[in-house]
Amino acid sequence: MGSLTKKAAIVGVALADCGEVPGRRPIEFIAQATKRALDDAGLVKDDIDALFNAGLPGGTLQLGEYLQIQSPKFTDTTVIGGSSFEAHVQHATAAIAAGLCHTALICYGSSGLSDRKLGPPRQIRAASDSPSSQFEMPFGTWTTANYAMAAQRHMYQYGTTSEQLAEIAVAERKWASMNPLAMMRDPITIEDVINSPMISSPLHLLDCCLITDGGGAVIVTSPERAKDLKKPPVWVLGGGVSHTHATLPISMPDLTCIAAKQSGETAFKMAGLTTKDIDVVELYDSFTITVLLQLEDLGFCQKGEGGSFVEGQRTAPGGELPVSTSGGGLSFSHPGMYGIFLLIEAVQQLRGECGERQVPDARVALCNGVGGTLSSSGTIILGRD
Amino acid sequence: MTDYKKPLPYVHEETRPFWDGTKRHELCLQKCQDCGKFRFYPRSICPYCFSYNTEWTGVSGRGKIYSFTVSYRESAPAFRADVPYSIAIIELEEGVRLVSNIVECRNEDISIDMPVEVVFDDVTPEITLPKFRPRRS
Repeated sequence: MGSLTKKAAIVGVALADCGEVPGRRPIEFIAQATKRALDDAGLVKDDIDALFNAGLPGGTLQLGEYLQIQSPKFTDTTVIGGSSFEAHVQHATAAIAAGLCHTALICYGSSGLSDRKLGPPRQIRAASDSPSSQFEMPFGTWTTANYAMAAQRHMYQYGTTSEQLAEIAVAERKWASMNPLAMMRDPITIEDVINSPMISSPLHLLDCCLITDGGGAVIVTSPERAKDLKKPPVWVLGGGVSHTHATLPISMPDLTCIAAKQSGETAFKMAGLTTKDIDVVELYDSFTITVLLQLEDLGFCQKGEGGSFVEGQRTAPGGELPVSTSGGGLSFSHPGMYGIFLLIEAVQQLRGECGERQVPDARVALCNGVGGTLSSSGTIILGRD
Repeated sequence: MTDYKKPLPYVHEETRPFWDGTKRHELCLQKCQDCGKFRFYPRSICPYCFSYNTEWTGVSGRGKIYSFTVSYRESAPAFRADVPYSIAIIELEEGVRLVSNIVECRNEDISIDMPVEVVFDDVTPEITLPKFRPRRS
């Protein structure tokens, strides 16, 4: 298998304004985050020769036009849901390693919250001839309900409880309480989660991610260029991407086993590392169950043992395994496709920039994005010198 | 005209025999004539062996609940009056799974592995949705 280890580095990261930010279009969040990420790296716009986006209509076409980054040498609008940006890091690293380009912009922006406040609740839409529109939507399926069925099945197969899922939400809120940019910072208890309104059984309101505005940008460059920039390079040590289905996993052999198994194995093998080597874990937390499935399929615990693994606040500040240290999509921000925020938080942790929530001496971080309805997974392992 | 406001399947040629079947109150699946596997959703090519040698077969409509949820929010405005409503993945005896609703059953009585059987809901003159109730026979 080919390797991407240390073939590229993340040298700039930035958030756009996140939370409730009315009146801005997604591309404006992208422009803001891009400018900040270039400043973070000590690079300028003209250094960018590769564009990556998921979420904009037209993807990198609109991105290049709006930012007047014309004639990029590499362009990639891979859209596999919230894990798209982990795929973009993998693709950018491969392209840089092959000499096709040297500096890539990966970015995302969304006005998810403000859009929702402007009009009637957004309806789930699918192309009129998609399998989902024929065989799922007539029965009232929607995103949370689909994840809820995975949670229900996990509870049935392994005895996982709502209290165990709630541990994850409580732990993330503790991380968020130490993140000045987090939207939800007040402490919550397991009882608070269990007593919050049922959204789609067995998932309660506090098992579900926020809906916010916001955006982010990540700059990836070659080892040569990464050497003498403003911030120390954060190396790509391993990357894997995989997927199992599109919307509802009716054809998966087991609803509780997701593509993180494949993407994680690829990434760990490439990096020559195991779960024991990971100091910080940034997992996609669209729902508490999403985190549980990733912990299992990435190998932090055995399949079925995720519930007992997260007990006792193991993933909270001061716990054995720091998970989703920004507060995640559950408590920090979730503007639709969260994957880019995993990368930004991981890089800032590895650089020691995270203030009160800094994980001491973090040297290796794992980011895992999950997209669609537990459909896709992208794993990126990052490390500092 | 119909006052049915929920999303309706957009039927195309590849899937028409399925919807023609439900309209006759018959659940039909494709069975590959080469590898012998049933498949769902309908596809002109067998996704297992890439054969086009396919026959539509009427099936029992019996199965069990693989997983389910009771949704307290509606996916679209037309579902608002149904809240809380069930959504389930049904595993048919033929091995394939499909998504539907559980009917003729209280939400609190639904459980994984519960035996169910198909019933047909004629939602418009053109479209009949397959739904499932606790098995009686």
